[in-house]
Amino acid sequence: MFRATLKSLLARKLRLILSGLAVVLGVMFVSGAFVLTDTLGRSFDAVFADAYEGVDVNVAAKPKVELSEFEGEQVAAPVPASAVERVRGVPGVDEATGIVASDGARLIGSNGKVVASFGPPQLGENWVGESDLVQLREGREPRADNEIVVNAALAKAARVSVGDRVGVLTLQPKQEFTLVGIFGYSGGRDSIGGVNEVMFTTPVSQQLMLGAPDVFTNITITAADGVSAEKLRDDVAAALGTGYEVKTGEQLSADASAGLKEGLSFFNRILLGFAAVALLVGTFLILNTFSIIVAQRTRELALMRAIGAGRRQIIGSVVLEAVAVGLIASVLGLAAGIGVGALLAYLFGNLAGGLTLAGIGVPAAAVIGAFGVGLVITVVAALLPALRASRIPPIAAMQDVATPDRPLTKVTVAGSAVTAIGAALLFLGLGGHAGDNTLATILGGVLFAFIGVTLLTPLISRPVVSLLGALFSWSVPGKLGRLNSGRNPRRTAITAAALMVGIALVTGVTVILDSAKGSIGKLAQDTINAELVIAGAQSGPRPPSFDPSVLEKIKAIPGVTLVDGTYGDMAQVGSERTWVGASSDVAALGPIFEAKATAGDISRLGPDQMLVSSDVAKSRNLTVGSTVPVQLARGEPKTYTVSGIYESAEFLDPVTLPVEATREFTVPQPIMGFIQLSPGTASTDVLPQVEALLADSPEVSVADRDAFIEQQTGQLDGLLTMIQILLALAIVIAVLGIVNTLALSVLERTRELGLLRAIGLRRAQTMRMITVEAVVISVFGALLGIAVGIGLGAAVVEALRDEGITDLVLPWADMGVMLALGAVVGVVAAVLPAIRAARIDVLGAIAHD
Amino acid sequence: MTATVGRQAQAAARASDVWKVYGSGEAQVIALRGVSCEFERGRFTAIMGPSGSGKSTLMHCLAGLDSVTRGTVSIGDTTVTGLGDAGLTRLRRDKVGFIFQQFNLLPTLTAKENILLPLSIAGRKPDPAWYDTVIDTVGLRDRLGHRPAQLSGGQQQRVACARALVARPEVIFADEPTGNLDSRAGAEVLGFLRRSVREYGQTIVMVTHDPTAAAYADRVVFLADGQIVSELVEPTAETVLDTMKKLDTPAEVVN
Repeated sequence: MFRATLKSLLARKLRLILSGLAVVLGVMFVSGAFVLTDTLGRSFDAVFADAYEGVDVNVAAKPKVELSEFEGEQVAAPVPASAVERVRGVPGVDEATGIVASDGARLIGSNGKVVASFGPPQLGENWVGESDLVQLREGREPRADNEIVVNAALAKAARVSVGDRVGVLTLQPKQEFTLVGIFGYSGGRDSIGGVNEVMFTTPVSQQLMLGAPDVFTNITITAADGVSAEKLRDDVAAALGTGYEVKTGEQLSADASAGLKEGLSFFNRILLGFAAVALLVGTFLILNTFSIIVAQRTRELALMRAIGAGRRQIIGSVVLEAVAVGLIASVLGLAAGIGVGALLAYLFGNLAGGLTLAGIGVPAAAVIGAFGVGLVITVVAALLPALRASRIPPIAAMQDVATPDRPLTKVTVAGSAVTAIGAALLFLGLGGHAGDNTLATILGGVLFAFIGVTLLTPLISRPVVSLLGALFSWSVPGKLGRLNSGRNPRRTAITAAALMVGIALVTGVTVILDSAKGSIGKLAQDTINAELVIAGAQSGPRPPSFDPSVLEKIKAIPGVTLVDGTYGDMAQVGSERTWVGASSDVAALGPIFEAKATAGDISRLGPDQMLVSSDVAKSRNLTVGSTVPVQLARGEPKTYTVSGIYESAEFLDPVTLPVEATREFTVPQPIMGFIQLSPGTASTDVLPQVEALLADSPEVSVADRDAFIEQQTGQLDGLLTMIQILLALAIVIAVLGIVNTLALSVLERTRELGLLRAIGLRRAQTMRMITVEAVVISVFGALLGIAVGIGLGAAVVEALRDEGITDLVLPWADMGVMLALGAVVGVVAAVLPAIRAARIDVLGAIAHD
Repeated sequence: MTATVGRQAQAAARASDVWKVYGSGEAQVIALRGVSCEFERGRFTAIMGPSGSGKSTLMHCLAGLDSVTRGTVSIGDTTVTGLGDAGLTRLRRDKVGFIFQQFNLLPTLTAKENILLPLSIAGRKPDPAWYDTVIDTVGLRDRLGHRPAQLSGGQQQRVACARALVARPEVIFADEPTGNLDSRAGAEVLGFLRRSVREYGQTIVMVTHDPTAAAYADRVVFLADGQIVSELVEPTAETVLDTMKKLDTPAEVVN
């Protein structure tokens, strides 16, 4: 029995490889994701282990506002210089150094633009001398306040050399320094983990990076001989008292690495998401292939039954085939995944600016994931065909039992039920009724919806396919092709369903993003009364910012009526973390953003006053006169009195603080500027003047409102393109499915094709017949996908109505492209099967048994 | 009219008052009308009859491939009627062998593997002496490594015969075994079937419409319109042909 199964498998290797390919791709994503995160994770470990190599114990203060990875950058609270003295007094301390190291030192390169970072921080630090790790390569250390040194990677990226005058943006607007030295790291490295570093003299770094004299970000301590890091840590902690985080160097590097890995795990999840899509489509493909194989082998399986094989043995033999296919596909997928993971790690390492990669590792999770997913998916997909195989009556070995076309009632009922479950889950998840399980509920809903629609597809396929086919019925081959595609509604349906998944996801995502774009654009158009906008594109975790002194100068330009520079940060407001904003001119909120007061006065704001939105006022029970303690990223907590409440609106912050408070923001400079012109003033007249004023703020640029909206929503286009490219993979897999189905149809109908050829069907006509069949299936799949995609997209858009996505925008152009793509996919998929059908030897085919 | 044939106690297969009705209402077809019949152990019995007489249906019912509407069927001491799928599977595995008109060999397996397939499905080892005897009887020793596609029709059918014989079933059912063969190859196969009955005591029930083939049997049972209408013991091609001619004119149905 075992041998019979293996032999039958070998006889069908091409077909199985074709369907196994889908599993290979899915497994590739899964294992690739794990290999990538493992490799990068270990690389980060190595980086941090290195960075903290000379540190036995580190002292930092607890941050004022603790943020999660996705809320933004956490600003460390300053450690006073007096603490360094206290640490020096602790027995067992050999050396204690006050260190300044804070993100946000942006060097302006020789091209006048800020050197961008795609993730790693741009640290501004104090020079504390050379060490085992840090070594000067050129020049000397900074001695005067206007001198800096930078690391070699940054010097290269900025194309600056020793002796140059370079601009640096810090907490302060652009200031000029002389580059007096360039340093590298042990092992000849230009950077550690892609981090750019600018080092100042200690007082300058304190002023520019921390905004106060005589404070540090942390204290690094080396232990005297014979003192363990753990003991020293405890002693230092005891000496300093509460409010400090005292860690050993090892702990610190582990923590720092863990923080970055959390960001990586997000990346991992995205890759796994695409793996899931590939595998879902792959499941359909395998299900179809095995169904067809079982149908082809009806006689053989019946014979097995007639000579004594039990039902379980039949199921076993089909499942065994699936296991073999799954195993092979998993091995290939794992190999491909290691390749892809390594490639991505390499790209990532380069993008991050020279992250030295630890060797490519294959973690157990990659192997287990690959085989688990590959095997399970294949076997699950083959289970249904296996069950069907076991139901073949032994008598089928003696008769040409045409498997009767089973009624679709059961499938339709099941499909309706599953679709309903999917819809219910989506409703729960999108409606926010699922609590913590929202994401899982939504994903489950999408999955159920796909499976349900797939089950319903055979029923839908009859009318739709005959309608579609009618388009081709003007010629005999077209008519034959149409009839063929309607011949086995189940097979047609599941082949089309594989294509549906990819197209539905692309359509759904496009609907959502286009709706978001449309809604935000429209809202901005309607509610922002500014002709010119100053903004920049954000590349790293820090938003771009500009010199606030520019605002006054802009105000002085003739024709400018109002200028508002807006600030923002996460802050601890009362008991909750909230986004807080500030405006350089609160009085502009009304005219520019159409802010409407519901209580108090929102046109002015004293240094101890705050404005809140009506939503915040409602949820926190605030009225004019209420007091709220606010802790900003820096400084001490301060209590503000609510002086006004405005109606909540998309472009108004939940909380508005006076501009004086922005000194204690993470980014104490305006992030955006809005300029209102007097009627009759051409924006093109003002724009160049503003541009000139912004010369020293290279992170931002000024544009008219339409260009600004375009620029802001344009970021969604990039996201959309990326998602579409990845989902295109699902469509490629579906094409394989159509090729597979057609190839099998041709094989099954060898005799029939031979007959048609014998009675005069020409080769070209045969090919046309097959092509029509393929196109009907693929266009049907595309139509289904578009319909389901619109449904999913519309559901999400509806759920996001409260988040400001108010308009459902249907991407007609994209949908047209998708439909055309469907037709092209059909033609492409038909090429090989059609050639094969056309080459059928007429005589041999008629004699074919 | 019910004809009861064969009175020996040693029946390898037995049908008693078997009815088989397909469909219902207007579309109802009665394939078997109360057939009772015994097939003795160690005998070669042929079932004959014109198309639509129900001979294949009778064989399918006897072999447990098809269920009966009424009546009982037994093989050896096993009552087939009422067995579930597991029981039927065991029956087919241990007590019944099949030879088909279409040979029905697995194209991917060699001749040897095809022959041993029923045993390997049942998880049994072949009795080497018996296996050798079977191989020599069918004369396939030099063809064992070949695949079905590399064998002639007659050779393929001999492989199928060997496959049925090697498990030593209680009874072998052969469904038009020579239907797809030329007369020489057919004669070889039939001679071989007769030898396996004479020399090794195998029980064979064969459905055929070819009088020459039926003449190889020890006994011929004739069916018409779902009923047993006649039988011949020690038939020759001529006596079989005569009986068949009488059956073709229903008015002359006599025994």
